[in-house]
Amino acid sequence: MTKFEYAPAPESRAIVDIKSSYGLFIGGRFVDPTQGTSFKSVNPATEEVLAEIAEAGREDVDAAVSAARTAYTKTWSSLSGRDRGKYLFRIARIIQERSRELAVLESIDNGKPIRESRDADIPQVAAHFFYYAGWADKLNYAGFGTNPQPYGVAGQIIPWNFPLLMLAWKIAPALATGNTVVLKPAETTPLSALLFAEICQQAELPPGVVNIITGAGDTGQMLVEHPDVDKIAFTGSTEVGKAIARSVAGTSKKATLELGGKAANVVFDDAPLDQAVEGIVSGIFFNQGHVCCAGSRLLVQESVYDDVLARLKRRLTTLRVGDPLDKNTDVGAINSAEQLARIRELSDVGESEGAERWSPPCELPDRGFWFPPTVFTGVSQAHRIAREEIFGPVLSVLTFRTPAEAVEKANNTPYGLSAGVWTDKGSRILWMSQQLRAGVVWANTFNKFDPSSPFGGYKESGYGREGGRHGLEAYLKVGEAA
Amino acid sequence: MSERLAVKKTYKLYIGGKFPRSESGRSYQVTDSKGRFLANAAWASRKDARDAVAAARKAFPGWSEATAHNRGQVLYRVAEMMEGRRAQFVDEVGSSEGLGRSRAEKVVDEAIDRWVWYAGWSDKIAQVVGSSNPVAGPYFDFSVPEPTGVVAVLAPQRSSLLGLVSVLAPVLVGGNTAVVTSSYERPLPAIALGEVLATSDVPGGVANILTGRVGDTAPTLASHMDVNAIDLAGVAGDDEHAVQLELAATENLKRVVRAPAKEPDWTAEPGLGRITSFLETKTVWHPVGI
Repeated sequence: MTKFEYAPAPESRAIVDIKSSYGLFIGGRFVDPTQGTSFKSVNPATEEVLAEIAEAGREDVDAAVSAARTAYTKTWSSLSGRDRGKYLFRIARIIQERSRELAVLESIDNGKPIRESRDADIPQVAAHFFYYAGWADKLNYAGFGTNPQPYGVAGQIIPWNFPLLMLAWKIAPALATGNTVVLKPAETTPLSALLFAEICQQAELPPGVVNIITGAGDTGQMLVEHPDVDKIAFTGSTEVGKAIARSVAGTSKKATLELGGKAANVVFDDAPLDQAVEGIVSGIFFNQGHVCCAGSRLLVQESVYDDVLARLKRRLTTLRVGDPLDKNTDVGAINSAEQLARIRELSDVGESEGAERWSPPCELPDRGFWFPPTVFTGVSQAHRIAREEIFGPVLSVLTFRTPAEAVEKANNTPYGLSAGVWTDKGSRILWMSQQLRAGVVWANTFNKFDPSSPFGGYKESGYGREGGRHGLEAYLKVGEAA
Repeated sequence: MSERLAVKKTYKLYIGGKFPRSESGRSYQVTDSKGRFLANAAWASRKDARDAVAAARKAFPGWSEATAHNRGQVLYRVAEMMEGRRAQFVDEVGSSEGLGRSRAEKVVDEAIDRWVWYAGWSDKIAQVVGSSNPVAGPYFDFSVPEPTGVVAVLAPQRSSLLGLVSVLAPVLVGGNTAVVTSSYERPLPAIALGEVLATSDVPGGVANILTGRVGDTAPTLASHMDVNAIDLAGVAGDDEHAVQLELAATENLKRVVRAPAKEPDWTAEPGLGRITSFLETKTVWHPVGI
C-alpha cells in the first residue's frame, strides 16, 4: 500500500475569532476573576499562545455556585419542562449553525484533526442537546416515578480530549432535568466551552443556569468541595475520580464518575480481518488515542496473529500525521507537553520491560507536541503498557488461543469501561458480550457513540451512565435505596 | 418420668454453603430483649470476612450466569423454606426484637412475602431498566443490566429478619453474590436464614452470613479490593462509622448505598432502588447490514 502525496488542504481559521483574554462566565456574563490570575491556552500543534484564561479562585467558585443556586431557586426550577426543552433546542440549533466555527476552534485548542471535530465531535454535541431537549417535558414517562426531582446545583468537571462533547454530555441532561450547573472545562482546552457560554447568551438562557469557570485542578477541587453543590459529575482520570469519591464521602452529595479504561479489542480468527484492522485503527488512533474507551489492548487469536499484524502495519503506513486543520489529517497533535511526556515515559517503559516497539515511518512537525502511531508487540499482561492507561496513540498487542483465555485476559484489569470483539460467529459475539466486564461492548465495530446510547464503566472505570434514558438518572433524585 | 433434656443448637457462621465456627474461636452471648441468655453466637473475625468474600467471588460466575427464571425459582424456594420454619422465625424474631406473638408473626410473614416479591423481579427487571437504543446509524444497540459482583451487605441492627431480607434479596435477585453482616445484638434470625438458604437450592457461597460486631468485619469488607459494592444499612445513624466505611470503599470505587440517618420502616414496599444500586448497565453495539 503506498501513501499518496496530497497537497495541503487546510481549513481556514478565519471563521474563528479568538480573543486575547477570557474572563469567567458567571451569572450570564463574563467577569474578571477576583484574584486576577490567569493561565495560557496554547495550540498544541504549534505551541502558539492562543489566549489568556482567567483562573477561578475560591471567591469566584463561590460566586458561580451562588449564581447557579439563585438561578435554580428563582427561575429554572419553576420553569416548565416544555420551556426548559425549548432553551435546549435553541442551543442545539445555534450549535448546528455555528458548527464550522466550533469545529475549527476545537481543533486549534485541542489538536484533533478537523475531520474529527467537524464530522464527529460537533455533530454529536448538537445531537446530544437535541436528544435531551426532548426529555425535558417527558420526565414523568422516563420510568423514574411521577414528577422526579432534580438535585439542584450540579458541579461538573470535564476533560480535554473531547472538550465540547463532554460539555454537552454534562450540561444537556443536567438542564433537561431542571438542575443548574457550574462547569469547569479542562485547563488546556477551555476555548470551546467559553464559546458555548456565548451561545448560552445568544439563546437567552436565563443568567446563572450555566456558569463556566476556568482553572486547573485546584479550581475543580474547590467546586467539588463546595458545600452548596448538590451533585458532582466528573469525567477524567481514575486517580482524580477516587479523590472526588473521597471528597464526597460522608456528605449528601451525589457523584457520577466516568474514568479511565484499558479496553481489550479481541480479534478472533474468523473475523473479517480488513474490517477488524479498520476497527483496531479507529479504536486506538482516533483522537490520538486520547479516548478513555480506546481499544488500547489488542488481543489477537494466535492463528491469525501474523496476518493481522501485517495488515495493521500496512494500514498504519498510510496514516497522515500532522496539521490538525488539514482536512486530510488522520492523526493530530498530542494535547499538551505534559501528556506527551507521559506517553513517552510509558512507551520507554514498554521497551525497557521487553516489548518490541514499532512505528510507521512518518515525519513529525518541528514545533508542537507530536507522537507517532505506535504498536508494541511481545507484550505480556504484567507489562505496564498492558495495565496502565497511556491515553495516547500506543497499542499493546497480546495473543490468545481459546475464547476462555481471551475473556480472562480481557477482564484482567481494574478498569471496565469498554471492550471490542471481532468475529463472524453470531453466538460467539453474544457470548463474548456477556462475558466481558465492561460498560460498552462494540461488536464488529469500535468507538461508536450516540446520544441515545448509555455510556459508562464497570469497576474502577467509574459509576453512573451518560446518554439515553439512563443518563437522566444521574441528575434526578431517583434510584437510590432508602 | 423425667423431662426430656433439650438438644441445644450451636450457632455458627454461614460461609461457602457450610457452617463453620469463627476461625478465631470466639463467640459472644446473645440475649433477648430483656437481657436473658439466648445463645452463644460466633464472633466473626476479619479472616472470616475475607473467607466469605472468597466464597462469594467463587460463586459469582455460576449465580450471575444462571437464567433469570432459575434465580427467581431459587429465591421463591427460600420463601417456601421459610414458611416451613415459620414458628422458629416467629420465636426468634419475637425474643430478639421484644415483640409479642402476633406482631412477630406479622414481621415474619412480611419477610417471607418480601422474598416472593423480589423473586418475581428476577426475570422482569431487565425489561424495566434495559433498553433498545435508537442510534443514528446502521447499528443494533441495546443496554442490559448486569450484576455488579460481590456485594457486602451490612444488615440493619434493629430489624433482624425483615430488614435483613430487605437488604439481601435485592442483591441476590440481580445476580450478585453477598457477604452479609447480621445485626449484632439480634443475630438468631440471620443464622436461621442461613439454614434456610442452605436448604433452598441457593448455591453455596452465593449468600454468606457473618455474626459478630459489625465494627470488626465491616472495615475489611469496605476496603476489600474484590468487593464491588457495599450497603451501609447496618450502620444507620452512626455517621462517624459510616463515613469511615464510605472512605474505605473509594479505594476500588465500590458502589455504595449510604447509611440512612435512622433505620427506615422496612414494612413499606421497597421500590427498585436496592436492586438497581447493584446493577451495571452494559451497552452492546453491532452493525446492521447485508
